[in-house]
Amino acid sequence: MAAAMPLALLVLLLLGPRGWCLAEPPRDSLREELVITPLPSGDVAATFQFRTRWDSELQREGVSHYRLFPKALGQLISKYSLRELHLSFTQGFWRTRYWGPPFLQAPSGAELWVWFQDTVTDVDKSWKELSNVLSGIFCASLNFIDSTNTVTPTASFKPLGLANDTDHYFLRYAVLPREVVCTENLTPWKKLLPCSSKAGLSVLLKADRLFHTSYHSQAVHIRPVCRNARCTSISWELRQTLSVVFDAFITGQGKKDWSLFRMFSRTLTEPCPLASESRVYVDITNYNQDNETLEVNPPPTTTYQDIILGTRKTYAIYDLLDTAMINNSRNLNIQLKWKRPPENGYIHYQPAQDRLQPHLLEMLIQLPANSVTKVSIQFERALLKWTEYTPDPNHGFYVSPSVLSALVPSVVAAKPVDWEESPLFNSLFPVSDGSNYFVRLYTEPLLVNLPTPDFSMPYNVICLTCTVVAVCYGSFYNLLTRTFHIEEPRTGGLAKRLANLIRRARGVPPL
Amino acid sequence: MGLLSDPVRRRALARLVLRLNAPLCVLSYVAGIAWFLALVFPPLTQRTYMSENAMGSTMVEEQFAGGDRARAFARDFAAHRKKSGALPVAWLERTMRSVGLEVYTQSFSRKLPFPDETHERYMVSGTNVYGILRAPRAASTESLVLTVPCGSDSTNSQAVGLLLALAAHFRGQIYWAKDIIFLVTEHDLLGTEAWLEAYHDVNVTGMQSSPLQGRAGAIQAAVALELSSDVVTSLDVAVEGLNGQLPNLDLLNLFQTFCQKGGLLCTLQGKLQPQDWTSLDGPLQGLQTLLLMVLRQASGRPHGSHGLFLRYRVEALTLRGINSFRQYKYDLVAVGKALEGMFRKLNHLLERLHQSFFLYLLPALSRFVSIGLYMPAAGFLLLVLGLKISSLHEAEVGLEEPGGVGFQGLTAGGMVVVFGDPLAPGPISKSLCALQGVGLASLVAPLLISQAMGLALYVLPVLGQHVATQHFPVAEAEAVVLTLLAIYAAGLALPHNTHRPLSCRVVSTQAPDRGWMALKLVALIYLALQLGCIALTNFSLGFLLATTMVPAAALAKPHGPRTLYAALLVLTSPAATLLGSLFLWRELQEAPLSLAEGWQLFLAALAQGVLEHHTYGALLFPLLSLGLYPCWLLFWNVLFWK
Repeated sequence: MAAAMPLALLVLLLLGPRGWCLAEPPRDSLREELVITPLPSGDVAATFQFRTRWDSELQREGVSHYRLFPKALGQLISKYSLRELHLSFTQGFWRTRYWGPPFLQAPSGAELWVWFQDTVTDVDKSWKELSNVLSGIFCASLNFIDSTNTVTPTASFKPLGLANDTDHYFLRYAVLPREVVCTENLTPWKKLLPCSSKAGLSVLLKADRLFHTSYHSQAVHIRPVCRNARCTSISWELRQTLSVVFDAFITGQGKKDWSLFRMFSRTLTEPCPLASESRVYVDITNYNQDNETLEVNPPPTTTYQDIILGTRKTYAIYDLLDTAMINNSRNLNIQLKWKRPPENGYIHYQPAQDRLQPHLLEMLIQLPANSVTKVSIQFERALLKWTEYTPDPNHGFYVSPSVLSALVPSVVAAKPVDWEESPLFNSLFPVSDGSNYFVRLYTEPLLVNLPTPDFSMPYNVICLTCTVVAVCYGSFYNLLTRTFHIEEPRTGGLAKRLANLIRRARGVPPL
Repeated sequence: MGLLSDPVRRRALARLVLRLNAPLCVLSYVAGIAWFLALVFPPLTQRTYMSENAMGSTMVEEQFAGGDRARAFARDFAAHRKKSGALPVAWLERTMRSVGLEVYTQSFSRKLPFPDETHERYMVSGTNVYGILRAPRAASTESLVLTVPCGSDSTNSQAVGLLLALAAHFRGQIYWAKDIIFLVTEHDLLGTEAWLEAYHDVNVTGMQSSPLQGRAGAIQAAVALELSSDVVTSLDVAVEGLNGQLPNLDLLNLFQTFCQKGGLLCTLQGKLQPQDWTSLDGPLQGLQTLLLMVLRQASGRPHGSHGLFLRYRVEALTLRGINSFRQYKYDLVAVGKALEGMFRKLNHLLERLHQSFFLYLLPALSRFVSIGLYMPAAGFLLLVLGLKISSLHEAEVGLEEPGGVGFQGLTAGGMVVVFGDPLAPGPISKSLCALQGVGLASLVAPLLISQAMGLALYVLPVLGQHVATQHFPVAEAEAVVLTLLAIYAAGLALPHNTHRPLSCRVVSTQAPDRGWMALKLVALIYLALQLGCIALTNFSLGFLLATTMVPAAALAKPHGPRTLYAALLVLTSPAATLLGSLFLWRELQEAPLSLAEGWQLFLAALAQGVLEHHTYGALLFPLLSLGLYPCWLLFWNVLFWK
């Protein structure tokens, strides 16, 4: 018996890994890609996407071995029973008018929206704890999320991943417009990548260049997706995205030429060994028409054509094995035509409670073509309690950006493609069919000046001393120096009053 | 306090004040004037200093070197402008886009209430062009504005050139944290007003304009630029805005800092800065500047397009390049560097400008008088009214109750003297009680009639201009001004002719003086209240009106040398004050007026005052016609009481 035990253990140890290897293909995979898009204004946008997919049931306790999927986030999912998590940090504002529609827009500052599992009993408590944990993970001020800036939208922010029901009770949404994004937020974000910033596309993520741009947005999206075509079980998907817009006017002295080195001060040297796919897409639409005006160097090995955001586009694909790239590019025209959506009007308004919850106004509106729609909200400027003023009250107070989500009919019909095979930049938002595409736009935050008391020190001192002098000193001085006299009561007794009454009735002067 | 203070001593003080009423009034008036004159001497005037941390200690190196570019832009602009005869919108759009700005236009139109003869315009329509430099990695929550107002003549093309050259230079820098709006407005202030209203999505003056397509958040500060030549000998700064509003003193300090740094010759009110404040010369020169500032602030006009920004709580000032015949001249690079430095420091702001003074007077660019120091001057003048009210009230109460039970009223009057506060509710309620004896009815008629005159003065000139042009051979603008003067003069004749039948009945039964004293009491309280409120919001206007109106108001009575009083009262009426101010203003600018010129200028000023009320919302015209003119008529009424 004593000899059999170690033997049995040995067999188990040998069988365990072996059985796991044979039963399934690698349970997690990493795909990374970089899309470089010349914008209509002449600037250049670069969008990184890193997608880690894990075929595992994270919800069940007991998952302890993490390979590519970051453990910090995996534990969050199981502990707080998350269904979806979307977190973005943005510095700057995506100027749709000049840059065209973005792949993923995010509001200026920090945005967090989370769908919880329907097993969660106290959503607000989990939300509070979650935001605090995330605050620690990303070195951001997410701990300032509380009931005063959290809302539960009812019409927008549907789950992006696999979902059976959409009970909005389990959705929480918050924006911190004042959040400043910097290196301290980028570093923890980079650490979540399997290759960190050692190899692959993430080599390009050099902080001093990324923060030398017109727009910087980094995000983390976690959602459940189908594991296979028949959707018999689910996998977890983590997408890390980072978009930057390089100002061609400043960096290129007005020319629209760009190269990876000029933008990132790095070139790509080797792919990430853990990645199953690592690609660079360069938007070369119009390449075939105007051969002279555009030259990509080195010439791409393959090209990819698809309907992106309603227009047909051509991308040059570089697998990371081809490392030499010095390039030249040209802008494209994106046009966005509005057609009448079939939905009817819908207005949901949830009034604010002072210091408890913010206003929420959701409207479903049909926009006629070539029209301007103005939504205005009146508000009163009120004095806050004196403890509620920030250290810089004269800077103003921020109103969160508003959100516009739309399903826009596509100009060209897209052919249905295999979702797993399509590039990452095209597959974050679920597409129902090829005839329309989804966009979400944000407005800029609003800075509102509230009436502010004078907080200067001399003012307070003057107020205090004047009060003390007026109330205390004056009264005491008076009490101490005055003399008191006894005054004879003027009115007589009851008899005299009665007599006077009678005399008045008779018209005789009173006594 | 009232319960605990000693009534015996208070009564003694009140008696003293009543006995010495006339000397005290004279003393107080003289003290007020003397205090004002003393404001230019060093203990009362202080050196300016930068309060804002974000702009104070930080160093900025100016690198602007686009002088040639600015001149080329200016030449092109002037040529295109001459060719098209209006603002070359297409050229501006193209040029702004070529230097890398987001460009938008806004069209506006406005029909003035009557033709503006000074600027020669009536039906105005124009286009504003503005380009926005988007700060990298900022969400367009805050912005700064550099604006160049273009009038009907092409005098400001150098400023447009400099604006474009600065835009090109700024666009190449990466340190901007706030968006910068480069705004070129047509029809100078009208365009600015249209743009500001559209930017803040309000409509206060009946301007028709297209909505703005591009915005850049809350405007933190604005600088308006007016240049008329390639070289300047000095830069003049204008701070007075609409209704006497002033920008935060830190903005002026900022300008002064860069004047010193760049070695630019900077002037205030067109006056050079006195250097020596220890001898008498410096303060005397400062007094001229101070008086000019008081006159300009009192006028309530926006002296430059910055004045309209102040209404939206945007700190702003106007810089004017002046090319006179001095030896040292600066080219556009020097001006551009000063502007670059100002914008870079404003870019550092974390909060909007709020640290320094908002209410001040400037005897020089580097000296200021704060509100705590200049208010006593107005306080002393108003004290005269307070003293008069108390003495009059005492007389009134004495008439009513000769037995000496008028103790309550007396202490109430005494309180007014002690605190010098004509706004205290005590005397008003008391006097109303006392007035009941007189019969309010006798006061209602003159009050109503004078107010109706004021209303007619406010409404009729603009409403009746078409009737006037049909019946008389005059233009609309002339008609308005002449109707104004006619109604003003008619007011002098009307009230004292009509009050007799209404008031005689009451007066005859009581003491003969009762009627006019009650009326004068009401008029004094009315005047004190108005002047007090005006002095708080626009010190210059309040002080100017108090200086002129208070002596005549205090003296007015139906006995004694009536002709003398009448002459004095006419000389200190609001219109005469305006005329006198015009002469004083030109005298201080060392360009004295002849009588005929002065009269022409007076007529023009009347038309401008009405026009500015309708186009920009300046409040001087309604204030004079609805508030002070009726009040003044009451004193006129008192003088001719029978």
